[in-house]
Amino acid sequence: MFPKWFDDWNKKNPKDIYGPAILVGAVGGAIFVAAFLVTWGQPLATDSMQTGPRGQGMSVPEFKADLATPDPAIALVSENEPLIPEAGEQLAGDIYENVQVLGGLTDANFNRLMAAMTEWVAPEQGCAYCHGDGDLETYGEDNLYTKVVARRMIEMTQNINENWDGHVNANKQVGVTCMTCHRGQNVPSNIWFKITPVNESVAGWSANQNRATSISQSTSLPSDALEKYLLEYETIAVHDLESRVDNQPGDPLIQQTERTFSLMNYFSNSLGVNCVFCHNSRAFYDPGQVTPQWGTASLGIAMVQELNNDYLVPLQDIYPEHRLGPIYADAPKAACKTCHQGYQQPLQGTNVIADWPELATTSGTPVYE
Amino acid sequence: MAEYQNIFTQVQVQGPVEWGMENENNMMEERIGKPFFSQLAGWIGNAQIGPVFLGWTGMISLATGLLWFNIVGLNMLAQVGWSIPEFLRQLFWLALEPPGPEHGLSMPPLNDGGWYIISSFFLLVSVMTWWLRSYLLAQQHKMGKHVAWAFASAIWLFLVLGLFRPVLMGSWSEAVPYGIFPHLDWTTAFSIRYGNLYYNPFHCLSIVFLYGSVLLFAMHGATILAVTRFGGDRELEQIYDRGTASERAALFWRWTMGFNATMEGIHRWAWWFAVLTPITGGIGILLTGTVVDNWFIWAQEHNFAPMYDGSYGYADYGSYEAFIGQEN
Repeated sequence: MFPKWFDDWNKKNPKDIYGPAILVGAVGGAIFVAAFLVTWGQPLATDSMQTGPRGQGMSVPEFKADLATPDPAIALVSENEPLIPEAGEQLAGDIYENVQVLGGLTDANFNRLMAAMTEWVAPEQGCAYCHGDGDLETYGEDNLYTKVVARRMIEMTQNINENWDGHVNANKQVGVTCMTCHRGQNVPSNIWFKITPVNESVAGWSANQNRATSISQSTSLPSDALEKYLLEYETIAVHDLESRVDNQPGDPLIQQTERTFSLMNYFSNSLGVNCVFCHNSRAFYDPGQVTPQWGTASLGIAMVQELNNDYLVPLQDIYPEHRLGPIYADAPKAACKTCHQGYQQPLQGTNVIADWPELATTSGTPVYE
Repeated sequence: MAEYQNIFTQVQVQGPVEWGMENENNMMEERIGKPFFSQLAGWIGNAQIGPVFLGWTGMISLATGLLWFNIVGLNMLAQVGWSIPEFLRQLFWLALEPPGPEHGLSMPPLNDGGWYIISSFFLLVSVMTWWLRSYLLAQQHKMGKHVAWAFASAIWLFLVLGLFRPVLMGSWSEAVPYGIFPHLDWTTAFSIRYGNLYYNPFHCLSIVFLYGSVLLFAMHGATILAVTRFGGDRELEQIYDRGTASERAALFWRWTMGFNATMEGIHRWAWWFAVLTPITGGIGILLTGTVVDNWFIWAQEHNFAPMYDGSYGYADYGSYEAFIGQEN
């Protein structure tokens, strides 16, 4: 490869170049890395939010880079101040036909909300998504499933804001609107369907776990946690609360523990937190060692159970086939991630309800201030 | 000059292969496989591969072990509808699970734990005959049975997990699934179900011996390598005819920490630490769910789970708004 004189010279002048080369390389590399760290800073710096007494490692860590970037979906929230009704103003229920839920709104506020709902749910299809391509006179018809579902969803939103205040507004007033879940899409992205059994040729517990699925959050934990706990009201329990063995019929077994583990893992991923956001992990069950967030989350479980059973599942026969689950043709259902989408508070705690007193009450007569 | 050009052992010497001695048990007849040299193996151990003595224990162990392996693998394959790509994709997630709790200790249907019971039987035979093999081979070599008893301590933990505890609990559903991630999930769930295994004193002991084994292994390995230049790697000679290597190693530790193990005793230290790891761990597992159902509450009753002062919840330590940098 090299000319002969070079090889000859090399042979005559043996020199250990590897030792010094490795030394220079290692020291040089270290100086290079150190210089970058000093001038550019730690690239993966983290910050943590303490959630319990010190000495127990109770904290939720986040990358500073992530903290510096607000939830991009917040940009979708736009101001839209309510129009305070004046005395004698005509109500939507009197002007239009078949206004079942929002009849108590003034014409101006009714149309303001309709326009906003289009932005939230069907920005591309516009009014036609629910009302069809007909003239304004046909807008009272219930021909499209989208309109029937939308009406029920408005009722659901009002119910959440009024009756689940303890969960939704636990820290401060934020409320929910269609936007909280839909984010400009016809169908919210984080809904779920029944998928169990996930394994072929097996029965019982074997059939419902050990597959990377969306519901198991790509773990091998059971894929039926949402369906059992957030739809079928199964008791979420893990421990026997006696120190010595005192197993009663119905006490949880290790199988229930794994299913709960699956649910809790879904919780963590939905909120972008870890176990110690709610629990002291040394005694998960102990009510004396949980955080206030645990109470908020427990209310959230009850809320989701109600939303699924009273609002979402009964719509099953209204949906066309392509909106139903791929395996069991079941109605789309909600859980933590549908609203939270990876944040402790949906839209990082942005108040979305302030402009929408119409969605804050089930009474039909919103209070404007 | 050319003494340490490989990773662990000395220069590789390759000559005629060594067959071992012919002995009164006619083991020679059962040695199979044509021995050969592997330079790669020589870097980390003896360069000669084979021959292998199988014997009846080895044959039974390999056959039943393979049966277990294939039953588990084929069950996994059946679960993904015999799709090889899906099998490879989900391999770490798939498992052969024990029966459901409703079956107790009865023989469950094949598709709900039946295969698990059958495969477990083969695994049991396989492990026990392999143990017998380690015992009998030591006997035929006129060795002590230290390897067999050390292996037996690991088998104790294996039997506690898969046989003794499920029997005491009255249900095969308490056994550990055969799968990569699933058995890890089982481990975590086991700890959580029984109120945090870290408060189980036998779990503590097992950890002490496990970490202790690692420490002893590192100390001993380092000491011997450090005195190899004085012949210290010939440990057996040093045991019965102590030379400068032993003297230096002993002095080093005695001057460092006031105490030194002996050239022979260090191996007893290491053996006992290793063996006590699964023995204490197995006791801890065996007591869990059969005697104690919630280790954290048990620890509170025995006054070694202190409570910590301070508030729970982030509100007392800062606000969410401040954390995400949106405080007004």
